[in-house]
Amino acid sequence: MSLAQLVKSFTLWEFVKAHALTLKYFFKPKVTINYPFEKNPLSPRFRGEHALRRYPNGEERCIACKLCEAVCPAQAITIESEPRADGSRRTTRYDIDMTKCIYCGFCQEACPVDAVVEGPNFEYATETREELLYDKAKLLANGDKWERAIAANLEADAPYR
Amino acid sequence: MTDAFTQWGMDSGWAIFVASVAGILLIALPLMLAVAMIIYMDRKVWAAINLRRGPNVVGPFGLLQSFADGLKVFLQETIVPSAANKGIFILAPIVTFTVALLAWAVIPFDAGVVLANINVGVLYILAISSLSVYGVTMAGWASNSKYPFFSAMRAAAQMISYEVSIGFILVCVILYAGSFNLSEIVMGQLGHGFGIVNGYWFNLLLFPMWVVFFISSLAETQRVPFDLTEAESELVAGYQTEYSSMAFALFWLGEYANILLMCALNTLLFFGGWLPPLNIDLIPWFDVPGIVWFLLKTWFFFFMFSWVMATVPRYRYDQLMRLGWKVFLPMSLIFVVVISGWLMFTRYGGAA
Amino acid sequence: MQVFAFYLFAVLMIASAVLVVMARNPVHSVLWLILAFFNAAGLMVLVGAEFIAMLLVIVYVGAVAVLFLFVVMMLNIDFSTLRSGFMKNAPLGVAIALILLAELVFGIGAWRAGGLDLGQPLGDAATMAGVSNTKAIGALLYSRYLFLFETAGIILLVAMIGAIVLTHREKRASRGQQNISRQVNRRPQDATVMRQPTVGEGVEL
Repeated sequence: MSLAQLVKSFTLWEFVKAHALTLKYFFKPKVTINYPFEKNPLSPRFRGEHALRRYPNGEERCIACKLCEAVCPAQAITIESEPRADGSRRTTRYDIDMTKCIYCGFCQEACPVDAVVEGPNFEYATETREELLYDKAKLLANGDKWERAIAANLEADAPYR
Repeated sequence: MTDAFTQWGMDSGWAIFVASVAGILLIALPLMLAVAMIIYMDRKVWAAINLRRGPNVVGPFGLLQSFADGLKVFLQETIVPSAANKGIFILAPIVTFTVALLAWAVIPFDAGVVLANINVGVLYILAISSLSVYGVTMAGWASNSKYPFFSAMRAAAQMISYEVSIGFILVCVILYAGSFNLSEIVMGQLGHGFGIVNGYWFNLLLFPMWVVFFISSLAETQRVPFDLTEAESELVAGYQTEYSSMAFALFWLGEYANILLMCALNTLLFFGGWLPPLNIDLIPWFDVPGIVWFLLKTWFFFFMFSWVMATVPRYRYDQLMRLGWKVFLPMSLIFVVVISGWLMFTRYGGAA
Repeated sequence: MQVFAFYLFAVLMIASAVLVVMARNPVHSVLWLILAFFNAAGLMVLVGAEFIAMLLVIVYVGAVAVLFLFVVMMLNIDFSTLRSGFMKNAPLGVAIALILLAELVFGIGAWRAGGLDLGQPLGDAATMAGVSNTKAIGALLYSRYLFLFETAGIILLVAMIGAIVLTHREKRASRGQQNISRQVNRRPQDATVMRQPTVGEGVEL
């Protein structure tokens, strides 16, 4: 061990240097965003909470083709269908188990009518597990609530499809 | 305070009793508040060094975060593992917490502001701080679980090891002050450094001892880099693994009260306690109440504790033991010899 | 107040001392022992020997009892085997109990007959007025009892060396030994070599 090293180890030189460094960081501006008040920009392709969309005239888009149910790798989607009074094919049940969903986005890729989409919302934590078992009413409500954002995102992403 | 109570028409026995209880509450309650705030500060300092923001939601600047956490913990269920040794399992956090409060009895906050100004204050603190290992050891054993038990073993070995060197460092300070009384030790530091600097740290022989004391106090309170007893990568949460709710909170409070105590000791033994840093009356800082200086210095040392925590990675256990027994112990022993020799030479003219 | 404190400490001490013997679980025994030490320290404080009291706590509670606890905690206690040897050891136990009883009877009898007259301390041993008992102990230890004090120190040193010699093992040369100061002092420039080998050429170390 050289003399310089001996002096260094007895004056705790490396510790002093390390602490000087961390003190410098102490006064640096913070890089974290102030989350609930500031948010990061999201890509139009962001895959968040699911929603079932409607046509502008209020008719629901989903035609119960069950492609999403078939493609879902987590088997989170359950669909039952019956002809409606006017003879059109509609779902009577459309459930997504959000605790199973892996947010792969296959359902929205599979959908021929852009009915099921993953919207930009990611803040839907709940207090109980049951609240995460979404049914058709909840999904349609989501669609109504986020329609503008979802439509804008779809439009922004359209040129690349 | 006793006089005031006797004036209100109590007989002296009752007055002493009431004054003692009032004094204890007057220290313990603000201490609890201080612990809550210091946990908040700890988290803020780590956050700042990690370029994060830290708690900032509960209350203004997140100041009430600790109270929210306390409330949450309070509402949790107390779980006692069925295979645990119940009596000791419940006793352990109580011991930790009580012991952490006990030592504050002899800490002088200002000239004469001390609950028990006993002549063997330093020894009392050494005795009490050697007790704090029991809470951890009992918790680890009573949990009847592997990791807490390992943690208890580690804690026992670690605290004994570092207590030895802390003892010798205290001897160095006592040699200079010539008293076991903490108030007298502080007064001995008045103008110690060439009549200008108040504090034993401004002394070539005592400064290295302060560094060793600071590092040992990190080890004694099981702070990073010596938090081997709760090394989460090895031992889950160490001795606290099986604890929940208030028992867990008591450990937490006790731990931080101990840390504050060590900060206060750093202040009292080496940095002149309630005295202002310099012994010159440039600005009228002798008029600032001593308790302000004392709290400021303690606060500064707590900042250093957090700072170290955010900087240094955890020691390996064998290196911890090596540092305690092979570096600090010989070093403090040598310094005891050198300091007593120097004092013999300077104070008593070398005549034995 | 003082009388109350005395009886509190004394009763607690005797009770915990009894429990040290009675407790089934050795760990509980050690914990009761610690409580007994504590109360003993309390009694010392009551008679004004705060230095001894603090030393009792630091040395016995802070160090010795921790090591006891350390060892006892490691014991794997099986209560059934603890009880199984009861009949075999019973005669020995009864014998010890009888001896203790006899001693107790003698002790109480002797005490009834009147205390030993030890006389008042004289000369150096007399308590110095106006000196804290820390200083008084120091003054006595380093003057009158210097030889005994140093002898005790040397005996302890020999005991310590003995313990080290008994437990010290020669280093096995093969593996598993670490030289920590060498590990700590290893610098990057000792440990790594930067090379820029051209294509198809190896690196010679």
